[in-house]
Amino acid sequence: MSNSKFSRRGVLKTGMVASAGLALPQYLRADAHAGFTNAPGDSEVILGFNVPQTGPYADEGADELRAYELAVEHLNGGGDGGMLGTFSSKALDGTGILGREVKYVTGDTQTKSDAARASARSMIEKDGAIMITGGSSSGVAVAVQALCQEAGVIFMAGLTHSNDTTGKDKRANGFRHFFNSYMSGAALAPVLAANYGTDRKAYHLTADYNWGYTTEEAVKSSTEAMGWETVNAVKTPLTQTDFSSYIAPVLNSGADVLVLNHYGGNMVNSLTNAVQFGLREAQANGKNFEIVVPLYSRLMARGAGANVAGIFGSTNWHWSLQDAGSQAFTRSFGTKYGFPPSQAAHTTYVQTLLYADAVTRAGSFNPCAVAEALEDFEFDGLGNGPTLYRGADHQCFKDVLVVKGKENPENEFDLLEIVEVTPVEQVTYAPDHPQFAGGALGTCNPGA
Amino acid sequence: MDQFILQILNGLDKGSAYALIALGLTLIFGTLGVVNFAHGALFMLGAFVAVTMSKLLTLSHKVVDETRTDFLGNPLQVEVPYIYDWFGQATGDVIIDWAVPISIIAAIPVMIAIGFIMERGLIKHFYKRPHADQILVTFGLAIVIQEIVKYLYGANPIPTPAPSAFVGSFDFGVALGFDPNAIIYPYWRLVYFFFSIGIIAAVFAFLQFTTFGMVVRAGMADRETVGLLGIDIDKRFTIMFGIAAAVAGLAGVMYAPINSPNYHMGMDFLVLSFVVVVVGGMGSLPGAVAAGFLLGILESFASMSAVIDFLPGINQIIIYLVAIIILLTRPRGLMGRKGVMEE
Repeated sequence: MSNSKFSRRGVLKTGMVASAGLALPQYLRADAHAGFTNAPGDSEVILGFNVPQTGPYADEGADELRAYELAVEHLNGGGDGGMLGTFSSKALDGTGILGREVKYVTGDTQTKSDAARASARSMIEKDGAIMITGGSSSGVAVAVQALCQEAGVIFMAGLTHSNDTTGKDKRANGFRHFFNSYMSGAALAPVLAANYGTDRKAYHLTADYNWGYTTEEAVKSSTEAMGWETVNAVKTPLTQTDFSSYIAPVLNSGADVLVLNHYGGNMVNSLTNAVQFGLREAQANGKNFEIVVPLYSRLMARGAGANVAGIFGSTNWHWSLQDAGSQAFTRSFGTKYGFPPSQAAHTTYVQTLLYADAVTRAGSFNPCAVAEALEDFEFDGLGNGPTLYRGADHQCFKDVLVVKGKENPENEFDLLEIVEVTPVEQVTYAPDHPQFAGGALGTCNPGA
Repeated sequence: MDQFILQILNGLDKGSAYALIALGLTLIFGTLGVVNFAHGALFMLGAFVAVTMSKLLTLSHKVVDETRTDFLGNPLQVEVPYIYDWFGQATGDVIIDWAVPISIIAAIPVMIAIGFIMERGLIKHFYKRPHADQILVTFGLAIVIQEIVKYLYGANPIPTPAPSAFVGSFDFGVALGFDPNAIIYPYWRLVYFFFSIGIIAAVFAFLQFTTFGMVVRAGMADRETVGLLGIDIDKRFTIMFGIAAAVAGLAGVMYAPINSPNYHMGMDFLVLSFVVVVVGGMGSLPGAVAAGFLLGILESFASMSAVIDFLPGINQIIIYLVAIIILLTRPRGLMGRKGVMEE
C-alpha cells in the first residue's frame, strides 16, 4: 500500500495540463501579465527589429539595423542622445522606456512576406518582443502589420511606400512614419510642371506588384491634373533584370517623359538601360526627353551611379537637411558608423523613438494605450518639420522632399540634391480619398 | 516594321548572354556529363572581375583638403587614386574609363583557375553520381559563391560603366530609312553582340580545327574508346571545364556595363539558360547557341506592349511556353542528339 496522495491518473492529468500550458505560444497565455501580449518585467523591455538581412534589400536592412541600434543606445542613455535632444516631446530621458532597459532581437524578413511573418512571429512568441518594427517593402509591411494585429503587438512600419499600408490594408495596431505614393505624386507633379511644362506626354513603366500600381496611379492622377497626358503604362515583371525591350519602344511612342515606377534593383536596371538607350539626350515632340523616378533611395541611387544625374524624384528624408533634428541624427549616425544615414535608417530610428515616447506618455506598454498616445500626436524636431500621426489611418503627415540626382557628386553619399521641400498641406488628403479606399482600421488588439 | 527590327535587335544582346552561358553549360555537360547549376555563378563572378578591376584601378589614398568639409563638418578627405600618382590624372582617367575591357585580360586566367579549382576540388567527385546529386551539389555551390560575393561586395548593384567612347546609342532608324529614334540601339550592346559572336566562333574553331578540340569531340562521342587509345581524356575535359568557366566569365565581364552587377545576377540567368540548353538539345553546341538567340528574341517580342495588351502576362512565361511546345514536338530539343540523357 502506498500512502501517496498522488494517483496515477491525477499525475497524468496534471502532466497533460502542464504540457499543454507550456506548449501554448507565449502570447496566448493569460498569465499575461497585465492583460496584453508580452508585458515586460520590471528590468527590461524587448523590441523586435524585423529587417531584410539577406536578399536584394540586405544593404537597406543593414542601414535600418544600424539606426535601430543607435536608437536603443540613445534610449538607454548612451551616445550623444541624437534626436532625443531635438524631439519636441520631452517625455524620454535616456533611462530606457518607463525605467526598463531597452533590449532588442532581430529577424530577417528576406523581403518575403512569409519569411517576414515567420521571423516576426518568432520574435513575438519566443523572444517576447512587445513591438515589431522594420522592413523594406510594402508587401512585407502589409503582411507583418496583419500579423501584429492578430498577435496584439504594435507594428511600427519601416520603409513602405504603397498607399495600401495605411489605405485598404491599414490596421489599428500598425503605424507608418514613411510617406506614400500619393504624397510622392502630389509633391512631384508641381515641380515637374514647373521644370518641364504642362504640355507633356508620359510613358509609365511600372513594377508589376502592389507598390507599383499605387505609385503609377498616384503619379498619373497628379500629373494629369497638371495637364500631362499619359500615353502608355506598361507593367514589367518584378524579376525583370534587363528592361531594354520595354525601353526601346518608348522613344517612338509619342511620349516625351518616361516615368519609372520601379524601386531597388528594378530602378537601378531600368534607369541604367534608359540612359544607355540615349533617352537623356533624345528629343521628342520638340522637347528634351525627360526621365522621372517617383521614389528615390540614396542606397539605390548609388547602384545607378552617374545615371541619376538631373533626374527628379521624391524622398522621405535626406541627410543634408539643415534642421536641428536631421543634423543631430546625421551627426550621431555619422560619428558611429562613418557615413551618413539613409532615409530607411531615418524612418526606423524615428519610429523607435516615437514608440518609446508614446509608451512613456501613456505610462503603459499596453498596445491600446500606446496606439491612443500615437493617434493624432503632433510633434516636431525629428527631421521632417511639424508632423501629425493622423488617428484616422495611422499615417504621418509631414513635408515631402523633391530631389534631383546631382550632376557632380563629391562622393558616393552625395548623390541627391533637395530641389524643394513640399509643405505638408500640399500632400495631405482626406482619409476616404479614392486612392486609399476600402479597408478599415478596426479596433486595437492588446492580445493576451 | 521598325518595331519588328527593334525587338530583333533587343533580343540579340539578351540572346548573346543566354547563348554564351548555355554554350558553357553544354560544353561541361557534353564533356563531363555534369549538370552544372553553378554555371550562373561563374557568369556572376565574371561580372565581379570587372567590378574588382574597377575597384583596383581606383584604389586611393586620402589627401586632406582643408578648404572643404565633409558631412560632419570635418576637413574633407579627398580620395586620390594611386594611378593618378603613377601616370598623371589624364592618363589615369583613361585607364579607369577602360576598366571593363581591361578586365577581360584578367578574367581569362582568373576564370580558368576558378574553373579548375571547382572541377578538381568538388565536381570531379560527383562524376559517377546521379544527375540529381550533381544538381544539388552545384546548386549548393552556387549559393555559397553568391553569399561570399554578397559578403565582400554587399547586396546592392554596383555601377560598372562602359568606356565613355561607347556611351550613347546608334540610330538604326536613320540608317535604314525609318524615322529618327524609331530604332535606337546602345553602342555597348552592339559591342556585346559582336563580342559574343567572336567568342562563340573561337570556341567552335577551337573544337573544330585543333587537335585538342578533335580529341575532345572524340571523347564526347565515345569516351571509352578514346581512353583505350592511351589519351588522358579526363585531363582534357578538366581543361574544357576551365574554358567553359572562362566563356561564362567573359560573358559576365562584358555584361557588367549593361546591368549593374549584383550578387544575384547569376541565378537570374541560370534557369533561363537551362531552358535554352534543353530547347537547343542536351549536348548540342550549335543547338545551345541557336536556342539562346531564338529565346532572347522571342522574349523581346513578348515584352512589346501590343503583345502584352493582347496576351497579358505572356512576357513572363514565353520562354517556358516555347520550351513546352518544342519538347512536346521535338523531345530531344532543336538539335539534340539521340542517346543523350536517355539511358
